[in-house]
Amino acid sequence: MSARTRELLGLIPVSLLVTAGFAAVLLTRTEDVSDATATYGLFFLGCCVFAHLFIRSRLPDADPYLFPLAALLAAFGLVMIYRIDAELAREQAQWFVIGLACFCATIVFLRDHHALERYRYTIAAAGLALLVMPRLPGIGAQVNGAFLAVQLGPIKFQPAEFAKIAIIIFLASYLRDTGDMLVRARLRPLPPQRQLLLIGAAALGVLVLVRLLGLGTAATVLLAIFAISLVSILRERPSLKHFGPLLLIWGMAMLMLLFIRDLGSSLMFFGGFLALLYVATDRLSLVGAGATMFLGGAMFFANSVSHVQSRVDTWLHPFDPDLLEKVGGSYQIAQSLFAQADGGLFGRGFGQALLDLPGGTKILPAAHTDLIYAVITNELGLFGAAGLILGYLLFVARGFKTALVAADGFSKLLAVGLTSVLALQVFVIVGGVTKVIPLTGVTLPFVSYGGSSIVANMVLLALLLTVSDHAREDRGALQGGLV
Amino acid sequence: MNRQIVQLFGLCTLLFATLVAFTSWWTVLGAKDLETNANNRRPLIEEQRIPRGLILARDGSVLARSVGRGSGSRRTFTRTYPAGPLFSHAIGYNFISKGRAGLERSRNDQLVGKESEFGSIFSQLQSKDREGQDVTTTLDPRGQRAALAALGGRKGSIVAMEPQTGRVRVMVSVPEYNPNDVPTRFKELSLLNRATQSQYPPGSTFKVVTAAAALDSGKFNPQSIVDGSSPRPVSGVPLANSGGQDFGPISLTDALTNSVNTVWAQVGERLGRGTLVNYMQRFGFNQDPPLDYPDSQMSASGVRDERGRVLDGDGGFDVGRVAIGQGGSEGAILVSPLQMAMVAAAVGNGGKLMRPALTEKVVGKDGRVKERVEPEEQSTVMSEKAAGMLAEMMGNVVREGTGTAAALSGIDVAGKTGTAEVDNATANQAWFIGFAPIDRPRMAVAVTIERTQGQGGTEAAPLAKRVLEALIGGGGG
Repeated sequence: MSARTRELLGLIPVSLLVTAGFAAVLLTRTEDVSDATATYGLFFLGCCVFAHLFIRSRLPDADPYLFPLAALLAAFGLVMIYRIDAELAREQAQWFVIGLACFCATIVFLRDHHALERYRYTIAAAGLALLVMPRLPGIGAQVNGAFLAVQLGPIKFQPAEFAKIAIIIFLASYLRDTGDMLVRARLRPLPPQRQLLLIGAAALGVLVLVRLLGLGTAATVLLAIFAISLVSILRERPSLKHFGPLLLIWGMAMLMLLFIRDLGSSLMFFGGFLALLYVATDRLSLVGAGATMFLGGAMFFANSVSHVQSRVDTWLHPFDPDLLEKVGGSYQIAQSLFAQADGGLFGRGFGQALLDLPGGTKILPAAHTDLIYAVITNELGLFGAAGLILGYLLFVARGFKTALVAADGFSKLLAVGLTSVLALQVFVIVGGVTKVIPLTGVTLPFVSYGGSSIVANMVLLALLLTVSDHAREDRGALQGGLV
Repeated sequence: MNRQIVQLFGLCTLLFATLVAFTSWWTVLGAKDLETNANNRRPLIEEQRIPRGLILARDGSVLARSVGRGSGSRRTFTRTYPAGPLFSHAIGYNFISKGRAGLERSRNDQLVGKESEFGSIFSQLQSKDREGQDVTTTLDPRGQRAALAALGGRKGSIVAMEPQTGRVRVMVSVPEYNPNDVPTRFKELSLLNRATQSQYPPGSTFKVVTAAAALDSGKFNPQSIVDGSSPRPVSGVPLANSGGQDFGPISLTDALTNSVNTVWAQVGERLGRGTLVNYMQRFGFNQDPPLDYPDSQMSASGVRDERGRVLDGDGGFDVGRVAIGQGGSEGAILVSPLQMAMVAAAVGNGGKLMRPALTEKVVGKDGRVKERVEPEEQSTVMSEKAAGMLAEMMGNVVREGTGTAAALSGIDVAGKTGTAEVDNATANQAWFIGFAPIDRPRMAVAVTIERTQGQGGTEAAPLAKRVLEALIGGGGG
């Protein structure tokens, strides 16, 4: 079966979901049926078919599953947002069109993603600029204590959504060049006595630190992992000058925690970086050192910065009466859990969950953005939620598959980075909503309401498809050559 | 690089599996805790939208119904109680602001039509709105009215139940309250259900329990002669009969007819604590009655020490005084009116105690019976022979003893009076327990009045008569 047919067939479940979803929501609100609402579904499907034809004409060899999966997730989101607020769904549909335009533009103007490598420092600078924008006076906007949004006239957007793509492009390009150098061992490894000395010194250091600082169990474990990672890095006697940029990125992540005050997006960026570092160097020790440094820093800030501290408190004690009543306290996470419990195994059904209190106020704060996963679980139950996660897993699988078949290092790292950062974003927000980690305000890719999120993720998808098209094209050429 | 990419995918799978695991926890395994969490207003809001089922009296008259307000998704229901104060304590109330009590609470799941997870899918597929089921109680409006009128505003309680089925026909506690006033005048209302929650000294009505133990254990028979002189030392302290009357040697039958304290105290001492507590447990003492009523609104009858703990046979209480319904500082017998009705019912049912029930059946909106409460034996208290002898002795009490005021014309009544001194002997707790007719008992009753100056035979027995008349007839009166 050709990629073309497979992609088109992949759109069938999308159309089914859109039709069934809208029909169900419409049926449950017989009071305010209007013809306009029913056209959303058709319009959305039209856009999908257009995108499909566009992909096939421009990127004939691209992975045929990525787009249908993204469309499925977007359809899911659209139905859910429509169910929460019909007006928001109309805006979301508009953003979807704009996102689609940016998607096409990316594919048309960026015929070869390798061109990005030439501008890597420009792109890195742009990414950093985007990240600090919300802190700039005049245009920055604070949401729930975190600096994530920018208000430019009538347009409000979340620059972090775009920054994640820029930073992944830079890291992929940078690590392709330096990855080898980071871990290239000297000719002679460290003599055994020196190795023992190193291990002894590290163990002693850990013990002294634990005693001096009076560290708890979690901190001690972190410190131990850090020491083990450090020892195994030093054993290979790497040239230390290449570690500068890594420390710089760690420092950046820490600054982000302080500046943007958002644990979730810091985790997303730093996690993406560690994923790339691991793929580029194959050194678990580097990841271990990086991860423990990040967690150590986060723990330090959790005890010293009040905003981060209260986020952690509400995470650990969501039903504490004081925290529940505090503004920006645990009300949101508590309501999220109650909504999920209400959903049960099979959920309440599309349009059946309780959203409005008798007084007319909303029971779930930010139901269409942060907590959309809770609404989905409420209405479709554990099965619906697991289905959504499975959708993301399939998308991630196709993303990594793209990385596997890509021919060159940059393409591989780019695909890995984009896929990882998307997977981490899903983990950060769904993990927040389900109390795996503290709840922070990032969007659920393709599903949550939000213009920046839709546009940025459509661009991300365009990049993945471009990489995929080149990879399969190259491989096809190679196989052709062999015959 | 490819190996690392595959490992990375494995890590992503693991992370996503964690998400699904946590979602499973909140939606299924830990959902019960979240649903009952005090901060979760969802169940209350949700249930406000469900028309609760009716609560009906035995004859089908409506005791509680839901009234809808608003339309569409904003439609909510509130409870109204057409019978006003008549059934207050038994039925209880249900309001968003004040929670729920009584049968409204113990039968809540059925009243709101709560179904299993699978049941709810089917009703979802059929796009049916959730509807409450109707609960038909065992309560008899005629008896209930008679009991309320008989108490006439005096603090106390009357419980009547069918000996053969355990069905509670009357449950009255005064002061009563009007459940319709619960949202507005909550603080002023007297919400204590004296029938199930109060713990009163039973006085001589407890001699029925002692007599059951005496006859069934085979150590005594109705003709056994015991010395009824007064006063007599019991546990080293002299005990006197009512009015200081000295009966001399007397049979157990006569000792019950005249409620001779010194005789029954000796019987209790000869039986011993272990035997007495054993029979009390058979009657249902020392635990909450197994009634379909909220546990928090019931209390266990039994011998309680000064700190309120229920003692078992090893407790060092004064068994002689407990046997006549009193006690000492080491432990005194305290009972609820429901428990004493169960005692009378067990004697009336040939020694078999039936499990008390307030619900007859639960019917879905489609008319199908969802649950029928069938009579169920709670325990065998004594042999049929012992029960027959005890019934005969109790018949004598009403025929010629302290309980003549309970006699019905044309129907033989068995009973026992009780008068317990309270408030440093300045007032009495008046009691009457009994059943009728003796040969084929149809109704057992327990009546008690708080802080009265009269005796059980003069104060409580006439009330029992009125209630029995209303429930099983009886000419004249």
